[in-house]
Formats: sequence, C-alpha cells, structure tokens
Amino acid sequence: MSEKSAAETVSSNSAGDPLVRFVNVQKSYDGEVLVVKDLNLDVERGEFLTMLGPSGSGKTTCLMMLAGFEPATHGEIFLDNQPINNVAPHKRGIGMVFQNYALFPHMSVAENLAFPLEVRSMNSTDRKKRIDRALSMVQLDGFGHRRPAQLSGGQQQRVAVARALVFDPDLVLMDEPLGALDKNLREQMQYEIKHIHEQLGVTVVYVTHDQSEALTMSNRIAVFNDGVVQQLAPPADLYERPENAFVAQFIGENNRLQGVVEEINGDYCTVRVGDGTVIKALVVNIKSKGEQCTLSLRPERVYINPQAGGVENIVQAKVQELIYLGDHIRARMMVCGNDEFIVKVPNSADKSALQEGVEAPIGWLAADCRALAS
Amino acid sequence: MATAAHDLTSNPSAPLIADDGVPLKQKLARTTRRQRIRAFMLTVPLLAFLVITFVFPIGKMLVRSVNNPTVANVLPNFATAIQSWDETSSDYPDEAVFEAFVTDMQAARKVREIGKTVANVGVRVNYEIPGTGSLFKSASRKLAKVEEGPYKEVVLDLHKKWNNPLLWQTLKRVSNENTATFYVAALDRTYDIDGNVVAKKEELQIYVNIFWRTLWLSALITGICLVLAYPVSYLLSVLPLKTSNLLMIMVLLPFWTSLLVRTTAWIAILQSNGIINNILVWANVIGDDSRPQMIYNQTGTIIAMVHILLPFMVLPLFSVMKTIPPSYMRAARSMGGSWAYSFRRIYLPQTLPGVAAGTLLVFILAIGYYITPALVGGQDGLLISNLIAFHVRSSGNWSLAAALGTLLLVVILVLYWLYNKFIGVDNLKFG
Repeated sequence: MSEKSAAETVSSNSAGDPLVRFVNVQKSYDGEVLVVKDLNLDVERGEFLTMLGPSGSGKTTCLMMLAGFEPATHGEIFLDNQPINNVAPHKRGIGMVFQNYALFPHMSVAENLAFPLEVRSMNSTDRKKRIDRALSMVQLDGFGHRRPAQLSGGQQQRVAVARALVFDPDLVLMDEPLGALDKNLREQMQYEIKHIHEQLGVTVVYVTHDQSEALTMSNRIAVFNDGVVQQLAPPADLYERPENAFVAQFIGENNRLQGVVEEINGDYCTVRVGDGTVIKALVVNIKSKGEQCTLSLRPERVYINPQAGGVENIVQAKVQELIYLGDHIRARMMVCGNDEFIVKVPNSADKSALQEGVEAPIGWLAADCRALAS
Repeated sequence: MATAAHDLTSNPSAPLIADDGVPLKQKLARTTRRQRIRAFMLTVPLLAFLVITFVFPIGKMLVRSVNNPTVANVLPNFATAIQSWDETSSDYPDEAVFEAFVTDMQAARKVREIGKTVANVGVRVNYEIPGTGSLFKSASRKLAKVEEGPYKEVVLDLHKKWNNPLLWQTLKRVSNENTATFYVAALDRTYDIDGNVVAKKEELQIYVNIFWRTLWLSALITGICLVLAYPVSYLLSVLPLKTSNLLMIMVLLPFWTSLLVRTTAWIAILQSNGIINNILVWANVIGDDSRPQMIYNQTGTIIAMVHILLPFMVLPLFSVMKTIPPSYMRAARSMGGSWAYSFRRIYLPQTLPGVAAGTLLVFILAIGYYITPALVGGQDGLLISNLIAFHVRSSGNWSLAAALGTLLLVVILVLYWLYNKFIGVDNLKFG
C-alpha cells in the first residue's frame, strides 16, 4: 500500500526523469576488492532516499562518488542528466552534511554559512538575508556570531544542515549526520530534517546504518550489503515484505527458522524445520520442493495462547528468559529447536501468564511467516 | 549539619561551609595538599639539577657582562683613588692617584695568582684600547725600583703612550667593577675623549653586522624549512598510518645520526672536489675550472642548517595537520570552493598553530646555532654564536661573550613577545 503512495508522491513532483542516476557503477580502492559492485540506482527529484547498510557495505563510498570525492572505477553517474564523473566536486552544486559536521572551527556560525555564498560572489545584503533565513529554518536565530565550539552537538548539527542548504542546492547529501548525537536528540533531529525536506522539496540522499532512522525519514530505502543493493523499497515494504534473508534480518528484529520445503501450493508452502515440525509459510523467493529455506517471522507477529483456528501455525514453546522493557516484554523462547526465538508480548493485564520455564502454545499466521531462499 | 545546609540555601553568595564549620575551600585545599606536595616532589630532582647546572652558572655568566673586577682586584688603592678624578677639568689625575698606582703596581708584581696579575690588567685595558697590552708589563718592571716621587712624572715618562688622557680615562672606567663597556663594545661602539659613546671605526665594526646576518639567515632558514616541510607534513597527515610511519622515520632519520657526522657529510658532498661538483663536472654541466663554491660560505651554512632543522618544522606541522579531518576541505569543496580557495580559507588557517610553533622553534634554534656554521660557514657564514664561542674559548674576553649572549637572549625575548602579541602563545602547538 505504501509503495504506491510513496511512488506517487515522488512522481508527482518530478517530470519523470531522475535527478541522480548511477549506471553500472563499480568502485575498488585497491584493485582487488570491489567495494561497490555494479550499482544501478535512480534518485527521483524531491525524494528522500536513504542508503542503509552495515559498515563496509559501500553506502558511504556511493555518497562520496556522488559528491565527487572518490572517482568511480567503472560506470557513470548522472546528475540532472549530465555525466559528472569528470566534474570537480566544487562544480557539482551539491550540499553536504558530514558525519562530524565539519563546521569550520576558525569561523563563526554566520561566516560558516557565508562561505558557499561568498564563493558564489553574492553581495553582502543578499548574503545576510540568506543566512538569517537559513538560521531561522533550523531555529537558531541570533546564533550567527557564535563559534561552532560554543554550540551543543545538536546546535552544531543544525548549523551543518543550514550550511548545506543555504545556497539552495537541488541535492543534499547527508553522511550519517546524526551519529554523534544522543538518542533523544537524534530522534528530534530526525523529525526536523524530515520537515525541512518536506518544506523545501529538496532532494536528499541520506546514509545511515541506523534502520529506525531510515524508516522514520525516508521515502525510499536502498539496503546495501557487500557492495550490492539488496532491496530498494519504501520503508513499510522493506519491513513488511523483505525480499531476502539479509533484508529481513537487517531491518527490524526477526526470528529465523531453518528448514526444508515440503510442498509448494500457490502463494503458500509447507516447510519442515529442524525438529520436524511442519510450518505453513508465505512463498517469497523459493523455487522448488526439497530446497533449503529460512523462515522469517517478526517477534510482534507471534501470539501467545492463540485461539484454535485463528492462526495456521501453532507450536509449543518454552519460556527461557523474560526481559522487562516497559511497554512490552521480550520473551526468549525455545521454539522448534531454536532457543533464540523472540516474542514481543504487549505489557497488558495477562502478562502474569508467562513465567520463566513455563511451556505455552504460541502461534502465527502463515502470511506473516516468510519463506526465503537461504 | 542541618544548619550548614540551611545556610547554604539561605545565602548563595556566602562561601560554602562544610559540615564541621570549616570553609569548603580550605577543606578542599587540605585534602589536596598531599597531592600537591607529591606533584612538587616529582619535579624537585629536575628543578635542583637545572638550578645547580644551568640557572646559577648562566646567571653568574650574565653578571660578568656588567661586572669585571680585574683592575679593582689587582690595583685596589688606585681603583678607589682614581674615581675622585674629574676628567673634564684636568687631563691627568693628581699626584695621590699616581702614588697609589705605583705602590699598587709594585705590590701586584709579587702576586702569582692567575687572573690577578698585572698582565690581566693589561689584557683588560687592551679590550678598550687595542695595542696597550704590553704597556703594563713593562711598566711593572720599570716601576719596581721607584721608591720616591713625584710619581706623576715617573709614570708619564715610562712610555709616550702613558701621555694619553684617553688611557687614564679608560683606566678610571675599567677600575669601576660595574661597567657597561662590554655592551658598548658588543654594539660596535666605543668612548671618545669626551666620554661620549660613539661608533667604532668602520673596519672595527663586527658584531652588529653579524647580529643582522644571524637574524636574516635564521629567517631565511626558517622560511626554507617551512616551504619544504609544509607539503611533506600534509602528505604525512593524509597517508595511511603504515606508510606515514615509514615516511616519518625517514624524516626523523637525521635525529639518529650525530650532528657532527651530518655536518661533515655535507662537507664531503658540497666541497669543491665533493660529490656534487664532481658529478656536475663529469656530466659536463660545468667546467673543471668553474666549480661553484658551495661550502665554507653562507650557502653551506644555509644548506646544512636547513637539513638539520627540518624535522623541528615537520613535527609540529604534522601534529596539527593530523588533527584536521579531511571533511573540512571536502565540506568547503562541496559548497563550491575551488581547491586553492578552500585551501587558503579553510585549511591554511587551521594549520597556523603548527606553522607558528614550527617557525618559532626553528628560528630560535637557528639564531643560536654554533657547530654547523663553525664547520661549514667559512667567513661570511659565521653566526653570532660563533663569535661568542670565540670570546669564551680563544680571546678569553668572557665579559664580552656574556654581553653578546645577553643581547642574543634579549633579541629572542623581544621576538617571542612580538610573537605572543600577534599570534598568541596559547595557539602554539608543538606536538
């Protein structure tokens, strides 16, 4: 559902041609290992696209190639339909927010913001107007005379965002900009950046390894692993319908059961898992009977003491450990021979039913249990 | 306890009082006293070492520049008596002074203690009026037999040089053990017959020129070091650790070799029949009879000193550049600054603490450098410290050496003060 609406949002404010295109881009630093393997990726105009992946997955390298700080070993990158492989970074007109803000320490906030405007030889009255506007956009009116060192981490972060936007670039790149902030501030800044993006309609390419950050802010997320885009989809799709075992594992929490496909019946199949239990699951990318597969199941889609007939799969589980987390309780259970099976139990009145060491029936819908080729 | 807490809340501006009524500051000082004593004890050995071997001798040496008791020691009565002579009213002192001179000279003949003989007086006066050194020895011999006056005639008849009012004025000046004469000499000045400080004859002027040469060569060497070290330090700071460590070892390699070995190596390389000249002649770049002189002159001093002082420039630059993340330049470039513009506006200002520290370090080391210019400097590559060494080791004029040393120290302090005023010592980063 959200895939369509997000795609519509994107296509509605673009003329159909993407702002950024990666075409068969490869990158190697040492001539032996490809950090980015054959990347093909379009970034639509006005889109907030996040490159998400573990460290070393090639996402930052892609951003650096787009910014012009790393040359592509092979392939072509297009910005606004122009190939930019041979365009110097300062001629690309791309705003950038760096991991540690990179605010110039020997300049005041206003001087920092003036830098891109001076380079463009803007006169001082226009410059002042722009700087004031940018500062008020990030709610830092009156901070212009301060030095970056006199600001808190969150304020520095906002200045960095204002500086990347002050010269009205079409494209802004953000390289893990919230990594250095504490959790509360990070969440607050996520919303602020999201709102600024919505207000200005600027295209943002955002790099992070924090999946909740990616889910909160993005129109689309490209999940990177091992130099390859594993899945490119809107946040809800990525969470609800991961296309492979890596995405399922990387986005959100996930229970995995290894098994062999017994039978395929249209959209559904039956899988015999480790201890012999047969489980009904949704077919995602398995092909044939007898194939090894991984069943992927979200912890919040598992029900304790399900009503008979309400769910397709019911198994016996033994509670190994209970962790109290306020709004919910995490129960680690032994299920089908896997003792790392996590169930999220809402913190409601019936929680007393669970005790460590107790056996209880648990169940889940076949539609929630995705059979992925392993 | 409750009242103390109450006081605290009722009057926030009052000094904080601990539970037992002692002010908190005192209490804190008491608890940290042991730590402070411990910290002080850790510095005591070095402090004692420095005071005994450095501060005290240097202080004593500096005192020599304004205090020379030679004449007062050898001719004590004369030294006192001559102070009452008014040189503006008469050409020569009166009879009583001459009597003191003769009796003191006779007494001094018997003294054999080094540094307190008539010869020492001759040397001392000779510093002021060249060519008077032997005068005192022969006078001492001739005066030994004089038993009665008038002493004035006897002394003035000894030699025509005694008939010079300037000699007696000088004697009066050097009899006073506290004197500015060595500073006057160090600045290429002297006293004329009227007691005014005037410039020496041009051919006798050495020190001021060499001071200027020392300053100029030190500045030049510092500049060359900066130009050579800046790009290397930048490269070191951006290379991966493994490569940069190797390069750093190569930069520091000179430190592992003896200074003397390095300097003599330059002699082997640069001399007329040295490696460079031989190669150039062999390659027919220059003729055998037109070998350029690259050593025993300023060029030699500059080349060898740049080589020796370069690490002192690289280290502070490197340590500052290492702390500048590459994202600053990237940020500047992403905002539209060309490489050169971004370098000038963003990178360069941030390296200034390292530049300041490196130039200060190299300049101060260069200004006092001794061994290298002594070995490869020839005549026009000599620096002020070579002259100081000459007066300490050869001429024995320690007071003049001390005066020159003090002037050098003052020059460095003035430069340091200027530096602090314009750049700020707090901004320096040595490593």
